Amino acid sequence: MAEEAVRISIDGDVCIGAGQCALTSPDVFTQDDDGFGTVVPGREDGTGTLVREAARACPVQAIALDVPADEARA
Amino acid sequence: MTKAVAFPQDRTCPYHPPTAYPRTEEESPLTRVTLWDGRAVWFVTGHAAARALLADQRLSTDSTRADFPMPTERATALRRRRRAALLGWDDPEHNAQRRLLIPSFTLKRAETLRPRIQETVDRLLDAVEAQGPPAELVSAFALPVPSIVICDLLGVPYEDHDFFEEQSRRLLRGPTGADTEDALAQLEGYLGDLIDRKRLKPGDGVLDDLVTREAGDGGPDREELVQLATILLVAGHETTANMISLGTYTLLRHPERLAELRADPGLVPAAVEELLRFLSIADGLLRVAREDIDVAGTVIRAGEGVVFSTSVINRDAAAYSDPDNLDWARSARHHVAFGFGIHQCLGQNLARAELEIALGTLLRRLPGLRLAAPAEEIPFKPGDTIQGMLELPVTW
Repeated sequence: MAEEAVRISIDGDVCIGAGQCALTSPDVFTQDDDGFGTVVPGREDGTGTLVREAARACPVQAIALDVPADEARA
Repeated sequence: MTKAVAFPQDRTCPYHPPTAYPRTEEESPLTRVTLWDGRAVWFVTGHAAARALLADQRLSTDSTRADFPMPTERATALRRRRRAALLGWDDPEHNAQRRLLIPSFTLKRAETLRPRIQETVDRLLDAVEAQGPPAELVSAFALPVPSIVICDLLGVPYEDHDFFEEQSRRLLRGPTGADTEDALAQLEGYLGDLIDRKRLKPGDGVLDDLVTREAGDGGPDREELVQLATILLVAGHETTANMISLGTYTLLRHPERLAELRADPGLVPAAVEELLRFLSIADGLLRVAREDIDVAGTVIRAGEGVVFSTSVINRDAAAYSDPDNLDWARSARHHVAFGFGIHQCLGQNLARAELEIALGTLLRRLPGLRLAAPAEEIPFKPGDTIQGMLELPVTW
């Protein structure tokens, strides 16, 4: 079953720079110069086990995986 | 009325949780334990509940609250009066302190430190090989590796290591409260002097960066700087040293797992993650509820204490199959050995790099490594502090 694509975002006010997203899924997540987690440019729409694992690994739940609004079903 | 199990307790085997600690039961992920002062507190055994609670900011780490649970009598007076930087503060104060340090402890920063760590590890093993066999691996390797690395990173002169390692030992394991307080005073005096010298002539360590920022807006004042330096120095070498010594002991007690690692060094990162889960050396995280919290059908009332035994939590069978066995093939991810929530270990990326290099290189350089004393006779640390070996006599 194909996994639904999600929009990946990080709440910079919540992030504590633990780096667990970048450790778990380095193709999608990185840390900026200040140490905060960011999504690698161009990888904001994604799927895959590692992205979900990275969201789960975040100690402060700063990562949101949202189904894009135009595709969201009731 | 049955009396709850005591917390903390010594481990019987240095790499397994104390045998008397409650383990996960299906009915509830929380049970009760009794502290040294007779106080009953919640004891979290379930992995999912532990992650939820450690991330829940209704639980406080403020040890100056009168209702904060104390693990030992000797720690009580000091912690009631003073709280550690970072760990002792809730947000927003904690967040402001942590943000000063985040850029210095990123994954990338840890990666750039790898060549220096490798150099340090190689140099220490050169000396071990030149002087042995046998060797006492805690003093010759496990302690100096992280001690040199953190000195380098912070900008603390390593030639002072005998002094700060001794004060750190007394701070964490000193016999009395007075001893603990004196150790902290000595460390803070030393780091205060160091910071004053850095103000006049800054170098390129993390403490130097902080000193420079102190002058600007929003930087830490001298007292805050000294307290941050203290926790970075102590936490930066004690924990990793224990993981190296206990990790090595554990590998030598599991010859099949050791053979797998030697046959395929590519397994080292997975092995480090599994050892972090399996050993759970920071085996007693403490919190107090600021308000009522409903968790898995149980209500933790405001003012009640909560204890997290990371070794018990990391062996919840609902999260890890066959949890009491070491297994490099499992996904050890999502363990709480570094904690969880806003206080998750700031140095975890550095720790992983150090452990991968230290353990990987040790196994490669000393293929005949073995214990030089009966395993059961080698002393390890008591249950009321960070877990690890007191000595590790080896030969090869």
